[in-house]
Amino acid sequence: MKWIKNIFREIFGLFVDDGAFALAILIWLSFVRWATSHLALSSAIIGIILFAGLALILIESTTRYARHKR
Amino acid sequence: MDISWAHTGTSVIASFLASLVECVEALTVVLAVGSVRGWRSALIGCATAIAVLLVIIAALGTVLTHIPLRIIQLVVGTLLLLFGLRWLRKAILRSAGLIPLHDEQAAFAKNTELMRYFGTGHTTWDKIAFAATFHITMLEGTEVVFIVIAIGAGRTGALLPASLGAVAALLVVIALGFILHRPLARVPENTFKFIVGVLLSAFGTFWVGEGMHLAWPAADWSILALIASYLAIALLMVPLCRSRSQAVTSNT
Repeated sequence: MKWIKNIFREIFGLFVDDGAFALAILIWLSFVRWATSHLALSSAIIGIILFAGLALILIESTTRYARHKR
Repeated sequence: MDISWAHTGTSVIASFLASLVECVEALTVVLAVGSVRGWRSALIGCATAIAVLLVIIAALGTVLTHIPLRIIQLVVGTLLLLFGLRWLRKAILRSAGLIPLHDEQAAFAKNTELMRYFGTGHTTWDKIAFAATFHITMLEGTEVVFIVIAIGAGRTGALLPASLGAVAALLVVIALGFILHRPLARVPENTFKFIVGVLLSAFGTFWVGEGMHLAWPAADWSILALIASYLAIALLMVPLCRSRSQAVTSNT
């Protein structure tokens, strides 16, 4: 049954290798979902907010890694 | 529901490239096992894993048809974002020289050495060869199954193009395996991962938006704008990360 355990570990590893990065994405998606139902914003604006937040998370995570790497 | 070229074309390309990377990784191990311990058991292990994966795909496909599309888009979009942005992050860091490139030649040598350690398979039925190729095909194949479902489940009719992309990748890798009989070290894996990371992140963003009932401007064509935006950011991040790490090095 070790191979089943390996497959589950591999599947988890598909989505998460930096916990803070994955958590930030999930928090941002939750916030945008809340915003779509509570704020009177147009779809286009929410789409831009959704993308911009994800892009910022990517930028922050890669630059943080670069700063701490060497 | 009607699907446009923007959706079909990008689905096939994303699925093909992502599956190609996983198939090459599996092929490297299968070649290492087959060349050391013999091909019969190695190929049977590989074929058995593919059969198990086909059963899983059939079962998941049936389950997916019973779940409301918005929920699938939200869940699969979220998983796709976690998956795609993780690949893109790693590809940026690899391109910036901050983490080492994946080396198929080294993986081949390591697996060959490991198979020799267990001795050569002289019997007609080699359990080690079977187990090794079954495991690697299941591991990499599970990733391919997820990729196909993630790319194809977000829109009715998109599962077929995503499946075709994965099957095309499998056929290309099998053909190259027969021709080359050695690890596909020349396949620019990080370039594929860079492109696939961009494509999957764009798809994930689009489907999460659809799952949240957003009406994207220009409908499916927004995917192309998202692809261009993620690509621009990723390309800008490579020299930025390189310079950041150099600045830190020079200050210390």
